Amino acid sequence: MEVLYFAWVRERIGLPRETVETRAETVLQLIDELRSREARYEAAFADLNALRVALDQELSDFDATLSGVREVAFFPPMTGG
Amino acid sequence: MRISVQREPFDLGAEADSFAQGATDMGAVVTFTGVVRDAPGGGLHAMEIEHYPGMTEKAIRAIAEEAQARWSLGDVLVIHRHGSLVPGERIMMVATAAPHRKDAFEAAEYLMDYLKSRAPFWKKEIGEGEAGWVAAKDEDEAALDRW
Repeated sequence: MEVLYFAWVRERIGLPRETVETRAETVLQLIDELRSREARYEAAFADLNALRVALDQELSDFDATLSGVREVAFFPPMTGG
Repeated sequence: MRISVQREPFDLGAEADSFAQGATDMGAVVTFTGVVRDAPGGGLHAMEIEHYPGMTEKAIRAIAEEAQARWSLGDVLVIHRHGSLVPGERIMMVATAAPHRKDAFEAAEYLMDYLKSRAPFWKKEIGEGEAGWVAAKDEDEAALDRW
C-alpha cells in the first residue's frame, strides 16, 4: 500500500511517500511496524495525539481496519484557512 | 459550486464580481478573504502552505455540500492557495450566495471553521533564520462544536 506523510511527519521521516509491504490489519498495527523500523519513524510516531490519519483520502481513526485500503496518509492536525 | 486549490494568486475583484452574477433570486452575497499575517513586530519572510492533492479538493467539496444542505444557499465558491506566500498576500477566499443574508453569513463562517480544521493544509512560517510549523489551536477545533 502507499503511505504518505505530510508537514513535520514528512520532514521527520524524510520521505513524502513510500510503498509499504505489510500484513497489518489496522492502522495501529501499521504504525507499530513502521516504528520498529528505524529511529526516524519512532520519532515521527512517538505521540499519536499529535497525529491524524486518512485512509483513501478520508479522515479516519487509528483503530480502523486497513482491509481494502490502498492509500494511508499520516499528518499533524490541519491548519487551513 | 466551484472549488479551486491553486498555486497562483487570484483576482479578488474579478472573482467577487462574477460570483452568482445573474442569479436574481439571491439577495445576499458574502465574501471572506484570508490574508497572510506578519508576525507581531514583523519578521515573517514567507508562509509555506502544503496540502494533500486529491484529498484537499474532496474534503472542501464535502464541506461545501454540507453547507448547502444546512442553509438555503445558491452558489458557493472556495479558492485556497498553496506554495510560498509573503505577508499581505491573499491565501484564500470563500463566497456564498443566498436569498437572505443570515444564511450567506452563517454558511461562510461554517465554511471557514471547517476549512481551518478539516481541509488538509499545513502552514509553515519561515522567519529570519528559523522556521516552524503552525500548530492547530484548540479554539479552532472547539469552533466546530457550535455547528
